Amino acid sequence: MIHDFNYRRATSIKEALSLLEKYKDDYKIICGGQSLLILMRQGLVAPENLIDIKKVKELDYIDYNPKTGLKIGAATTHREIEKSPLIKKNFPVLAEMEKNLASIQTRNWGTIGGNLAHGDPAGDPAPILIALNATVKMASIERDRILPLEDFFIDIFETALEEGELLTEIQVPILPKKTGIAYQKFNIIKNYLGMVSVAASVTLAEDSEKCTEARIVLGAAAAISLRAKEAEQMLIGEKIDAKLLENAGKKASEECDPVSDIHATETYRRVLVRVLTTRVTGKAWEQAKAAH
Amino acid sequence: MEKKLLHLTINGEQHELYINPKKLLVEILRDELGLTGTKRGCNTGACGACTVLLDGAAVKSCSILAMQADGAEVTTVEGLAKGSKLTPLQRSFLDHGAFQCGFCASGMLLSATAFLREDPTPKDIKEGIQGNICRCTGYNSILRAIKAVAEGKYKEEGR
Repeated sequence: MIHDFNYRRATSIKEALSLLEKYKDDYKIICGGQSLLILMRQGLVAPENLIDIKKVKELDYIDYNPKTGLKIGAATTHREIEKSPLIKKNFPVLAEMEKNLASIQTRNWGTIGGNLAHGDPAGDPAPILIALNATVKMASIERDRILPLEDFFIDIFETALEEGELLTEIQVPILPKKTGIAYQKFNIIKNYLGMVSVAASVTLAEDSEKCTEARIVLGAAAAISLRAKEAEQMLIGEKIDAKLLENAGKKASEECDPVSDIHATETYRRVLVRVLTTRVTGKAWEQAKAAH
Repeated sequence: MEKKLLHLTINGEQHELYINPKKLLVEILRDELGLTGTKRGCNTGACGACTVLLDGAAVKSCSILAMQADGAEVTTVEGLAKGSKLTPLQRSFLDHGAFQCGFCASGMLLSATAFLREDPTPKDIKEGIQGNICRCTGYNSILRAIKAVAEGKYKEEGR
């Protein structure tokens, strides 16, 4: 049963920010609400004021510039990202991730910004966006600020968004040269949340086969989308081979911190992290070798 | 709690009503307007029985506040047939026995309608109904029904 709330609809960022300011004591922002409404129905979230930003048109866009990269408005739906020719061409891994996110109905209404602001560590977009070195833009009445997405997640369902702040944009830089990127989530039913997911990007030196940068990001393996930094360090400066990938997988399975729940035990999740890290990072490496 | 004015065009007919803003779209359709063709199944966005079209896109009406549909055009299963003229998909569902209990049928029909509108000859029909659960048919009759329409075996009636 959803508790009563005071409903306010914003049609511009400016209006949304002044509503956040006005109701700052107790509000929740709704966009697609595909996650929020479930929590509200369970009575886990019962805001006094619900501020609706779904009709803020200026938050709904996909821009791509070959120099500065990709910019996605926070209220852009999953389905728009999945179908965008710009994204399919320049970041096919993002389009692929979206295609495997929940159902068409959910993707038609749910938004990328809402997904990130919900802060579910099993959410699909965060690992791949962190592997892509994405940043997020947040606005408030006082200021705008930009944060690396990996610093946006504080704890389970908790983000860096402060009172009065609105997530407005997701920014993805152009991939460095000789970079490969891969993603996989593991689940029993297609398109459900992953039991574990892994995203990886690997960058190789232009004149040798040494790895210069690696980002390995684990989903549903800790309270937040977690970078497996020790595993990354094993790769950086090295010439990657199968043995090294296997060891990086082992390291990632040690440094993650998964829970046991109805979907999988902690042990099972650690095994998944090991296997997927080896595979996904290997795939990113193969792509990096083939890239220009 | 302050009631809010909601404008909806449902199956081509305009409606104006004052509602508690916490009401979900499925509740307005079924409980306020008596359009019970839209089914309330899991009520958590998992089963797809409540699927309707919102400005042409399939959405789950249990997972949308009615206020968020303000100003939109909603198509429910009642809006598919024109009088007694069923749509090709509806006729194909009948011919292929794509019903048993029928609870999932309206959601299936609306998901498939939107999916075929977007791509009339889809490679993977299963993708189109991935968000709709059926507990009795085993899906095969539903897939056959949609496939027959995608293959052009059913034409619009009388147009």
